[in-house]
Amino acid sequence: MYESSEQIEVPSDRDVETQVLELERGLAAPPAPDPQARGRRRPWGRGGARRAGSVDVSGSNVLRGFLGGTQAAELRAEAITAWFGDRKVLDRVSLTMPAGQVTALIGPSGCGKSTFLRILNRMHELIPSASLAGQVVLDGQDIYAPGQRVTDARKKIGMVFQKPNPFPAMSIYENTVAALDLTGTKASREERDFLVEESLKKASLWDEVKDRLHQPGGGLSGGQQQRLCIARAMALTPEILLMDEPASALDPSSTRRIEETIADLRGEVTIVIVTHNMQQAHRISDQCAFFLAEHNAPGVIVEYGDTEAIFSNPRDQRTDDYVNGRFG
Amino acid sequence: MTTRMTDEMVPAPRTPETGSGAGTFTPRDELPPLLHEPERVRTRPPLLERLGLPLGSIAAAVALGLMLGPVLGIIGFGWVPVTAFFWMLVTYIALTRLTENGPAVKDRFVGVLLASAGMIVVALLALVIGFVGWRALKIVGSLRLSFFTTDMGLTGPLSPLKEGGALHAIVGTLEQIGIALVITIPLGIATALFLNEIGGRYARLVRTVVEAMTALPSVVAGLFIYASVILLFTKQFNGFAAALAITVLMLPIMIRSADVVLRLVPGNLREAGLALGAGQWAVVRMVVLPTVRSGLTTAIILATAHGIGETAPVLLTSGVTSNLNWNPFNGPQISLPLAALEFIKSPQPDMKTRGFAVAALLLLLVLVLFVVARLLGGQQAGEITDRQRRRRATQSVRDMSRIESNHAEIAAHLAALRGSDPTQGASR
Repeated sequence: MYESSEQIEVPSDRDVETQVLELERGLAAPPAPDPQARGRRRPWGRGGARRAGSVDVSGSNVLRGFLGGTQAAELRAEAITAWFGDRKVLDRVSLTMPAGQVTALIGPSGCGKSTFLRILNRMHELIPSASLAGQVVLDGQDIYAPGQRVTDARKKIGMVFQKPNPFPAMSIYENTVAALDLTGTKASREERDFLVEESLKKASLWDEVKDRLHQPGGGLSGGQQQRLCIARAMALTPEILLMDEPASALDPSSTRRIEETIADLRGEVTIVIVTHNMQQAHRISDQCAFFLAEHNAPGVIVEYGDTEAIFSNPRDQRTDDYVNGRFG
Repeated sequence: MTTRMTDEMVPAPRTPETGSGAGTFTPRDELPPLLHEPERVRTRPPLLERLGLPLGSIAAAVALGLMLGPVLGIIGFGWVPVTAFFWMLVTYIALTRLTENGPAVKDRFVGVLLASAGMIVVALLALVIGFVGWRALKIVGSLRLSFFTTDMGLTGPLSPLKEGGALHAIVGTLEQIGIALVITIPLGIATALFLNEIGGRYARLVRTVVEAMTALPSVVAGLFIYASVILLFTKQFNGFAAALAITVLMLPIMIRSADVVLRLVPGNLREAGLALGAGQWAVVRMVVLPTVRSGLTTAIILATAHGIGETAPVLLTSGVTSNLNWNPFNGPQISLPLAALEFIKSPQPDMKTRGFAVAALLLLLVLVLFVVARLLGGQQAGEITDRQRRRRATQSVRDMSRIESNHAEIAAHLAALRGSDPTQGASR
């Protein structure tokens, strides 16, 4: 973004000299601290922190995701067919998940929603008997194309599981930035500190845990653990966040907090959520896809579209029956 | 429902029929204030009843056993405990039947059998340790530090107890088990990881082989090393060969225990790591292994306990000597269990006493190793002591301001850069 000065175009509504100065600051490593930031700086805590002014913010790998506004990208599944052994569980499922929106996958148990979700970040292939056909396109590139690294796809497409699963041997702090060490991403302490607060704030957990960050992550309540998992998935600023029934193991008030968190993340990341809770799908999603597997047949998308339309005016009788609780 | 009840009155229980149609009730509103705590009812039987029956049965059984055995001479002395045990069961069940019905009697019967099994195990262990300790006590009178600092090289069979010591055996045991652990721990954990994290048909074969190896007689392991290392290469007894023989016996124990522990790691932890974009090795190193640290410690303890007491393979590979030998690669080197065996084989009572002292020392050494291992690695992942909790709390509060200021600083930088980014306006 700051590699060459040719890229600089000056918007009309800003003072040219300020622009150039600020850009040079971005170019320079380390950049001089912003005068405003200096004014707001708090007294340093003990623990030997270097001044954040020495952080090369613009050249930092971990902070790159925070430079360019929204990271959200469109995810497009094209004609996904999936098998477990000889059993076909999905048949030519295509779905476009628009950037920055929340897409809910609904449908009765065993209709292939979770399989579809796991195909979206290549977790499907962890099961030895599993195979698939079709494409998953992110940023104009099929993540299943030869030469595409599975770890790269998963870095861009985060996932939150049904059961909260913070790493038991790690503290809240370590859990939040676990992705750094796990993916071998170098980060200074200042960058880690920033990521911890930023990610926990995104998961609306910061205020509850900021004074006990070094306690084990397993000591939190179920709902807090799940939000810790959201923070952990958000730390490397993924473009997509997949959620597999993230609130089904939680009580109603924790569920509400998770839903609020999802609402906060809307726009920042593309969210795909599997849920069995019809009201939840209605409350939180922009788009809705109804999956169904007829008896002894693979799962398909019966209907998809705007959530409002799916719930108020579905085209298919089966969708109507399902969203109104008449079967499933 | 229209009349407001005063707090002193106890509201009559109401049913929906007496109310005004199909409404709901809010029972707390009509509850009088709590003036006295309700009297507590204990559902457990009183202490006398719980302890009286078993203790009475045991007393009756012991009395009968003693009467039939030593007093009347009807049964041999060895049969006294057996008779007493069965009589205790009979008395206890008969007495229970007086007040309880069928299922409860069965529960008590099985309960007594299980508790007895536990007691027999504890009693056997206590008997072994007590016997060794009691026989070793004789040396305490003449015990001095020299027992730990001298060998038996200059001590004849008729020398008094205060002469000679077990230093040569202590050194031998520590060196041999040390070398064995250096080989066993990495190889064992690596094999267990292979069985769990990679798997496949070859892994199933390896698992079967490992299971078969646990049944390998120790003397066979000793002979194997004797034939493959001593006869072929070293041409003489040495401690390293003994360590190798012990390793052959420790490895299957280590692999099997580590395998069981690794299998208990929830699959969703591995998935969570992989879903973050990690490689498999990173997940193993940073998620799986830290999670099972306590279990792996137990595996190491089990393997050590198995290996440290091995006698036959050491006899076949390292030989018997009365002299101290620091070099495990050259010349015979005795270990504690082998030394105990050699001492106890001797006809002199003082030598026998030395044997029991060495055995007691071995028990003590194992105990120390266990305590150290538990202290170092015994903590379950995610469980912390109160002291750690307090220290982490202090640390958390201390670091909070650092984190917040670092965050504010970087956030301000980012805001400045974003504000100045010309492409930003277009992409937004």
